[in-house]
Amino acid sequence: MIELMVNGIKRQVDVVPEMPLLWVLRDELGITSPKYGCGVAQCGACTVRIEGKAVRSCQAHIGEVAGKSVVTLEGLEKREQNPVIQAWIEHQVPQCGYCQTGQIMQAISLLDLISNPTDDEINQVMSGNLCRCGTYPRIRAAIHAAAAKKMAEK
Amino acid sequence: MGHMQNLSRRAFVLGTAAIAGGIAFGAFGTAEAATTTAGDNPLSAGLGPNSVTFNPWVEISPEKITLIAQHADIGQGVGSVQPIMIAEEMDLDPGQFDVRFAAPSPAYFNTGFADELAPFVAADQSPAAEEARAKTLEWLRQAGLQMTGGSSSMPDTYEKLRVAGAVARETLKAAAAKRSGIAVADLRTQSGHVILPNGTRIAYVDLSADAAKIPPVLDAKPRDPSQWRLLGRPMTRLDIRDKVMGELKFGIDMKMDGMLYAAVKLNPGKGQPLKSYDASKARTMPGVKTVLELKTGVAVIATNSWYAMKAVDAVICEWAPSAYPAEQADHWKVLESSFKPEFLGKEWRKTGDIEAALKTGKLVEAEYRAPYVGHQPLEPLNGIGLVTDSGMEIWVGHQSPRFVQDVAAKAIGLKPEQITFHNQWTGGSFGHRLEYENVRVLAEIANQMKGTPIKLVFSREEDFLQDIPRQIAIARHRGSVDKGKIVAADLQLASTAPFKGLLERSGTPTKDPDGQLATGLWNVYYDIPNFRGTSYEAQGLSPCTTWRSVGASTSGFFTESFIDELIHAAGLDPMKARIAMCTVPHYRKVLETVAEMSDWKGPLGNGRGRGVAFVESFGTPTAEVVEVSMTDRGIKIDKVWIAVDVGKVIDPVNFENQVQGGVIWGLGHAINCELTYAKGAVQQTNYNHHEAMRIYQCPVIEVRGLENDPKVRGVGEPPVPPAAPALANAIFAATGKRIREMPFNKFIDFV
Repeated sequence: MIELMVNGIKRQVDVVPEMPLLWVLRDELGITSPKYGCGVAQCGACTVRIEGKAVRSCQAHIGEVAGKSVVTLEGLEKREQNPVIQAWIEHQVPQCGYCQTGQIMQAISLLDLISNPTDDEINQVMSGNLCRCGTYPRIRAAIHAAAAKKMAEK
Repeated sequence: MGHMQNLSRRAFVLGTAAIAGGIAFGAFGTAEAATTTAGDNPLSAGLGPNSVTFNPWVEISPEKITLIAQHADIGQGVGSVQPIMIAEEMDLDPGQFDVRFAAPSPAYFNTGFADELAPFVAADQSPAAEEARAKTLEWLRQAGLQMTGGSSSMPDTYEKLRVAGAVARETLKAAAAKRSGIAVADLRTQSGHVILPNGTRIAYVDLSADAAKIPPVLDAKPRDPSQWRLLGRPMTRLDIRDKVMGELKFGIDMKMDGMLYAAVKLNPGKGQPLKSYDASKARTMPGVKTVLELKTGVAVIATNSWYAMKAVDAVICEWAPSAYPAEQADHWKVLESSFKPEFLGKEWRKTGDIEAALKTGKLVEAEYRAPYVGHQPLEPLNGIGLVTDSGMEIWVGHQSPRFVQDVAAKAIGLKPEQITFHNQWTGGSFGHRLEYENVRVLAEIANQMKGTPIKLVFSREEDFLQDIPRQIAIARHRGSVDKGKIVAADLQLASTAPFKGLLERSGTPTKDPDGQLATGLWNVYYDIPNFRGTSYEAQGLSPCTTWRSVGASTSGFFTESFIDELIHAAGLDPMKARIAMCTVPHYRKVLETVAEMSDWKGPLGNGRGRGVAFVESFGTPTAEVVEVSMTDRGIKIDKVWIAVDVGKVIDPVNFENQVQGGVIWGLGHAINCELTYAKGAVQQTNYNHHEAMRIYQCPVIEVRGLENDPKVRGVGEPPVPPAAPALANAIFAATGKRIREMPFNKFIDFV
């Protein structure tokens, strides 16, 4: 049995330690906002936070996550009030939406690091998140809007 | 417009013959059309007590209102705008109704294909063209062709869903009139209620039983757009919140009690059988329940997807060889030798005396190439299947519900009506979910696991290997310029046939030439007095299918690059020349608009360049300007301007998002994507080898929608075809280098 904290709740799973966190979340724990897109850290759709840091959950073996705290989009604190979430809704970023949970988790992490990112900084941090529908102009706009909102709240 | 009239007469002769022969769909529709009619309302059968349905799109029970989304949502937003078109007429607000995807039924035949399948170019609105479209529509009705694709969702549903909503509204008012004794003329509707003159509000759900007892008011008319509350202005897509909150369940997110998970390894030589396999290691791996033999490969059944994928990876398979050449170089050789009469698809259009004209003035010749490309939506192919003694239930996101029934049934010896299909929200498609690899294989697996729900998820690598790609093509174009004018264009291409291939795999083969190879080739609206457009269909190559914008994705690049070469040879400005040559007034307006948006003033100099391209695909004229600059790290795409005429912009925010996405799709794949074969298998098996555009390369994209076209047009695909030629033309303007083959990064570096 491997034990970990997921979205503030203690969970136990009985799987091999090499199993990626992504598949533990999706198939064993029924948490589906982290998406399987590539399995090789090329798309970012599986992005979650481990101990507060944005990581590709397809690359994190569950054995290494044992005892740690994992937060998925479902478990974000005050999710409805999160400026990134709000900006994503206001700008209607998604098309198919499949990559967006990963994009949002990455964008939240970006704004934690850089409160008012330039386009270049957005490019650097967000380029690992692939969007096949091509919502990039809206992602950019939503990040700027979320940054402005976050700074105004401070 | 002289050549257009000639074109019409000639095409009409061909057109009537094609229609008499069952048009592009060959045998499909004859037997089936005799037993079903589109008039049957499939909602009637499942209706609960005291509930009512007025048509295949509206269902009201005492508890709730359900609106049916006929077209599959593949990210293009129709899961939202379809019900909103009904809600507009019914005076319903978002939140007052549920949305359900349509079940398979001929009632949901796609009227929007009438224009694309009738053998006339879109700008031809002559009586002959309209008559052919009417005949095609009747054929579609009889065939009951239920399919999402070809940018047809808005053309198909714009009238019929608003009428469906109007019928529901007027029938509910009639029911309220009967109950209250007040004349219908004195009743109005608002926010899900019928309102009596004294202010009394009767909820629609409270009228369902009464409405079921009266005949529907069929002559209800939809409102004039000037009265719209929701449509035509910025609105929030119904699916946005759930997608942002991570709450929307895609097909891959579905779970059922007692479900097991499957992963597959299929013959990478697409469609060919498995010869032998060794699963001894796989059987001992964690979580594995069993290993199944399939016609074209093996499946592992396990307790989660990852265990299944890991174990199937460990199965050693021996495959029958591919039916197409094993090596990519031989694919190109086959194409090169396909410009011969025996491979003629069709001479789609011929005006003037092309051979004589080519001898006039300066001859320009160029060869262009476009490779196989993958679809690779981010949600891999998947599905859940459950086979019992009575049939099969299948939960899968797909664009052709009735063909899913046919394919699944055929795979396991059932009748199509024994397949119950539940469509799902999908994480993109781009043409991928018109194919059936996951459906066929899932049926085989579930049939061997009777009674247990099986969830199949393709690994990304397997999805790449089994992806039936975009057509591969070579164009050999010739033209001539004289006295500052283009006098001749002889456009020839050899290609695999994407739509024909799809029809064949859908169980409806045809011998007719693939009309998708004409798009971007014959619908060229420039005043070029001597013109010929000819397609050749290469045989024996990889199966190919519809990829966002289909034929125009390759021929749009060929044609608009070559027109640019001719314009350059004639010493003209690329924008001014196109505007001057454009024979259709409202198409010319599209070019003029993009010229105005980009403030086009000729060459930029200093290592910067602009290119323009204009393509009409699926009836939607689209013009794009791309601006690039040379940097020490390569070509940088600075900005894109795009003007699109769709007749009516129904959902403006989504419209802009779709258009920008189409541009990004077109640019990204033109820059760096191809699929190549080695030993019969595709060599690119994840996004690091087939990357397309990422955010750091994404330019600012300025969009304008025009509403001059006499018909409502779609926009999912038309922004794609002009993107690649506009980029190539911009690179030429900046560097003097003509790139005649995709992907462009084989010839020039990009930032």
